[in-house]
Amino acid sequence: MNTLDVRVPGIGAWSPTQVDWTLLRESLRGQGNQSAPAARPAAEVLPQAERRRAPATVLLACDVAAQACAAAGRDPANLPCVFASAHGEVSISDEMCTTLARAPRELSPTRFHNSVHNAPVGYWTQAVHCHAASNALSAADGTLAAGLLEAAALAHADATPVLLVVYDAAANGPLADLLGADASFAFALVLDPAADAQGARLRLRHARSDDDAATQTGIDLLRALANPAPARLRVAAGAGRVLELEIKA
Amino acid sequence: MPIRIPPLAITAFTATTALGRGRAAQLDALRARRSGLRANDFSAEPLPCAIGRVEGVEAVELPPSLRDLDSRNHRLAWLGLGSDGFLEAAQAAIGRHGAERVALLVATSTASIGATEAAYTALDDRRFPALLAQPQLHAPHSLGLFLDRVFGARGPCMTVSTACSSSAKIFAQAERMIRLGLADAAILAGVDSLCGSVLFGFNALELVSPQPCRPFDLARNGISIGEAAGFALLERDGARTVPHLIGHGESSDAHHMSTPHPQGLGARRAIAAALSRAGIEVDEVDYINLHGTATPKNDEVEAAVLAAVFPTSTRASSTKGWTGHTLGAAGIVEAVLSLLALDAGLVPGTLNTNKPETICATHLALANEERDLRIALSHSFGFGGNNCVLAFARGSA
Repeated sequence: MNTLDVRVPGIGAWSPTQVDWTLLRESLRGQGNQSAPAARPAAEVLPQAERRRAPATVLLACDVAAQACAAAGRDPANLPCVFASAHGEVSISDEMCTTLARAPRELSPTRFHNSVHNAPVGYWTQAVHCHAASNALSAADGTLAAGLLEAAALAHADATPVLLVVYDAAANGPLADLLGADASFAFALVLDPAADAQGARLRLRHARSDDDAATQTGIDLLRALANPAPARLRVAAGAGRVLELEIKA
Repeated sequence: MPIRIPPLAITAFTATTALGRGRAAQLDALRARRSGLRANDFSAEPLPCAIGRVEGVEAVELPPSLRDLDSRNHRLAWLGLGSDGFLEAAQAAIGRHGAERVALLVATSTASIGATEAAYTALDDRRFPALLAQPQLHAPHSLGLFLDRVFGARGPCMTVSTACSSSAKIFAQAERMIRLGLADAAILAGVDSLCGSVLFGFNALELVSPQPCRPFDLARNGISIGEAAGFALLERDGARTVPHLIGHGESSDAHHMSTPHPQGLGARRAIAAALSRAGIEVDEVDYINLHGTATPKNDEVEAAVLAAVFPTSTRASSTKGWTGHTLGAAGIVEAVLSLLALDAGLVPGTLNTNKPETICATHLALANEERDLRIALSHSFGFGGNNCVLAFARGSA
């Protein structure tokens, strides 16, 4: 079998004009208003000192993660978590590469440890005292599919709800220009493998695909989760592959 | 505690490190107690330290179809998969199972950041120079994109990047996917390469030793950074004669970005979960390849965990005095060394170490030891408090 069924009991989201899932959901239902544009997520789950210093990816990921856990009524301390990002922390890579090109011995230790791809999930586990398994993934255009598949697999393999966080942050500089890292967006889903769990049903099927029609993204998944009508999506999962999603309220 | 898992066959595996290319080179160096570490000669401005540099990476020529993704990391990957018939074994597995039934799970912490660093020394009006202006090369998933072209598998493909536990965690991922029926086999790859970011970054954290690293020595003063490529092929069904992955455990310290939990809480949880999935007790563990980075803090905590959890009949060592700390590749490299140890009945000692931490002195092998080994653990504890412990069983005759 290459199909996994999960329920989605909790959702979190952040964009510069819809700063939480409630606002974004209304917008995806064709209702509601934009919030005033925000530069950074509040990420109140982080200790104040860290919130001030944390890179954008950490704020994004931790903000939506906390929303999703609260919505699902789950204590994040007990939830294994999978964080997925296509670009990682581009701003810090840009600063590090700039320093390395100019004066490598001046590299900042904090920048360096914040540059690792698992910095957001590391800060998250610290903030919520989570000792469960935590993961940090990347898969270019297939990052959403990779995160969904890994989180759903972990949920079924260990019979536990799992927190999935998908995020990418806008950045400046030559690397950001090359990668097209020009928008900040993040969302989080609690995925529960129990058939009688709350929330919409999400069915994942990984398949071979030789067409390139799998262009649906996180916002399409969130639109399907925001609306009562059943939906089918095809999400990019790397060369010659697709992740098919079926969503039922 | 997690329930017992069915063992998973490891039908092919290889590593290329500072010790050389392929399994025989690793085993020969272990037997001869010949370290791969040398004085840092990497980059135009080498810090005074020892490094585990792989010989011949610069001379590797990628095939024309892969040259748009040229980087030190990918040359090292290409070099590594040419040893021990790994590429052929992986292609045969794809032929047996069908491309869509074979996952490609890769792990790296550096990816090709070395190429990004190079681009920043040659920016043209704040743009990447034409030769390096390939977005795929500068993504965290660059290794996955590169190897996907090489192998052509069509099962799930992704990169795990959790610093020094990265390439241990892909074993756990593969086990889950195969158990759940998402794949019948998985190609695993862990590749990390020397670059300015890790050399100057760990130096900035004051974690790099000026000498070759001395794991668990009372006088230890930091890591030696290495580079490596490791590969493994995991299959649902394999002969009993091949080694098996029998357990895995993952956990989070929830303590600090760059220092371990003082009581090793995360390490203990990962060990307990690995033993539980393997369905074994601590006294069944014959050998542990420790994380043993030679930083004061990691080894202090790991030594206390070792002494508290395992009987002295369990032999333990760190092989980082041989290879250096290969970071994102360390998990799979040390898995390969553990499999070689099981097969050869060889406990590699802890190179460069003379006076070990007292608390673990009776567990720690300093000299090489010959003994019958059936079950081995491999510890990987990464930045961000990300831990993974793997359990392996020797193939039976």
